[in-house]
Amino acid sequence: MSDLIEIDDIKRTFRVRRGMFTPAATLNAVAGVSLAVRKGEVLGIVGESGCGKSTLARMILGLLPTTSGAIRIGGRDIRQVPRRELARRMQPVFQDPYSSLNPRRRICDIVRLPLDVQGNGTRDERRAQAIAALDKVGLPARYADNFPSQLSGGQRQRVAIARALVTEPEIVVCDEPTSALDVSVQSQILNLLMDLRRDRGLTYVFISHNLAVVEHLATRVAVMYLGRVVELAPTAEIFASPKHPYTQALLASVLTPMPGLGIPDAGLGSQSPDPLNVPAGCPFHPRCPKAFDRCRTTVPHITTLGAATVACHLAENARPVQPAIA
Amino acid sequence: MSGTALTPRRKASLLEVKGLTVDIRTPSGPLQAVRDISFEVDRGETVCLVGESGCGKSITSLAIMGLLPRSATCRAERLAFDGIDLTTIDRHRRNDLRGNRMAMIFQEPMTALNPAWTIGEQLIEVHRRHIGKGDKVARARAVDLLAKVGIASPAERLGQYPHQLSGGLRQRVMIAMALMCEPELLVADEPTTALDVTIQAQILRLLADIRRDLGIALLLITHDLGVVARIADRVNVMYAGAIVESATAAELFAAPRHPYTQGLLACLPRPGVTMAGDRLGTIPGVVPSLVGGITGCAFRSRCGHAVPACAAPVPARTASPTHTFTCVHAHVGEREPA
Repeated sequence: MSDLIEIDDIKRTFRVRRGMFTPAATLNAVAGVSLAVRKGEVLGIVGESGCGKSTLARMILGLLPTTSGAIRIGGRDIRQVPRRELARRMQPVFQDPYSSLNPRRRICDIVRLPLDVQGNGTRDERRAQAIAALDKVGLPARYADNFPSQLSGGQRQRVAIARALVTEPEIVVCDEPTSALDVSVQSQILNLLMDLRRDRGLTYVFISHNLAVVEHLATRVAVMYLGRVVELAPTAEIFASPKHPYTQALLASVLTPMPGLGIPDAGLGSQSPDPLNVPAGCPFHPRCPKAFDRCRTTVPHITTLGAATVACHLAENARPVQPAIA
Repeated sequence: MSGTALTPRRKASLLEVKGLTVDIRTPSGPLQAVRDISFEVDRGETVCLVGESGCGKSITSLAIMGLLPRSATCRAERLAFDGIDLTTIDRHRRNDLRGNRMAMIFQEPMTALNPAWTIGEQLIEVHRRHIGKGDKVARARAVDLLAKVGIASPAERLGQYPHQLSGGLRQRVMIAMALMCEPELLVADEPTTALDVTIQAQILRLLADIRRDLGIALLLITHDLGVVARIADRVNVMYAGAIVESATAAELFAAPRHPYTQGLLACLPRPGVTMAGDRLGTIPGVVPSLVGGITGCAFRSRCGHAVPACAAPVPARTASPTHTFTCVHAHVGEREPA
């Protein structure tokens, strides 16, 4: 599989004002991420709120410039790719189908908009294409002239997916696409995303905090913590034998619907990570049950362990240090 | 504090709900948000109300706490807390109970806490209102409870405002506030939905520990079947305002009997049960409108097993002494292929 998107050590900082008399602080939302998105894969990105996963998605989409580092799509820097071409190759699906659709436009016009921007064909042809896209996601043509407020949450998310697919992109970046939906609707949307991938050979970047969903859909998973990728591995590998203590804690916290197992203790303590105050050394060390001296002073390298890459001193000890791997 | 002395003590469940119906006035007619539901919560027990958005689970909790909006009217054959009839109770006695013997935790701690008051002021206020042994005692209790819910340096936290705390810490403060007067019943409406999985597990452990250590009864409202499986003694599954199935957690997950419960479980990606990449189960259609009421089984328009008899009132069936469901079929998909 070839790399469709190459992400090369990107960083993004924000200036955060904390009050009238305190100087603005720098928030490192993404603090050096290198990743490759391969053609045809579903790259799952997981992590707690504030770990930078949505910021990463917005940079991949070209909606937010990077502070440093580069993102290449098909070998070209996205800053050099015209916006129109970028939009043709890559489309987003966002979390909240209530706020991501313009309430004052009709469904058909919402789905047609990307085609209007591209300027393909006549108005009638574009309308026909939009209705075909709605049909593809399981929305009958009779909804075409409705407004978003007349649809249910699941139907709205279908509209958002139809809009993303109407230009036939190669890559769809989904940021928490089912988090606002009920489970019975979530399963419909997940089935739809899997069908579309199979039929069209789509590549997904799939961001979610729901690990059961990621396990079900993703082929590879990147785990983020405070702006860094701490572990990257094929899905089966990461769920069967997580290497990073944070990944282990995250997986241990998932409540599968199995009665009698009780509530797990991931051993993370009650501290939450503060992105404005990232600790020295390994950013995870204050919560890590396995932390030792080196964790408090030195940022761990990225180490390859089998099919996984891990940023942890324990993994370095298990293997000789290797150069950073994208 | 005076009202509680008058309470008659009977040998009955701590919370009895029988035939509870809540109507909400809407421009297009009355909406039956809760339709004739019955359940009980015993002392020291964890009971879950589970269902999707709009099924009436939150309205049920508000009806129990007496916090329904003005547009809602509530009727019940019996709605009683420790033998005290909550349908006829006057406002003052209700206020004496609420926050004191029955307390509530809300989903979004940022909107449930007052942003203009410090944590300490809010915690002490509850104690002052119901126990009134002076602020020194209240302050000591607040520090004690903040430590108990796992907040580091609790004395300093008392002077902080809600916005200075993270979501997980705010939810801990909410729990501490609910515990200030040693309630007998804790009603928690989606207490972990706004939180990360790691924090969710911690908060649920905390609730489970508190229930065990203090013998509190817990009524937990959630949409998350994973949470239900891990914490509930008894589960009530709600659909379109009615309880369609009621069972122990073990029974419900091992052998769900109502087609809706079965459908809901099939929708979940479950490691070890569903294979990665397989199609997940779905429930076709949408929830029916509750405006104007419903006769017969509310799920019949989405149910693969629906027959004409579903349009008539549906019998309650018994699968075991602790397992009931309402369906015209006595056996639906009992042995589903693995």
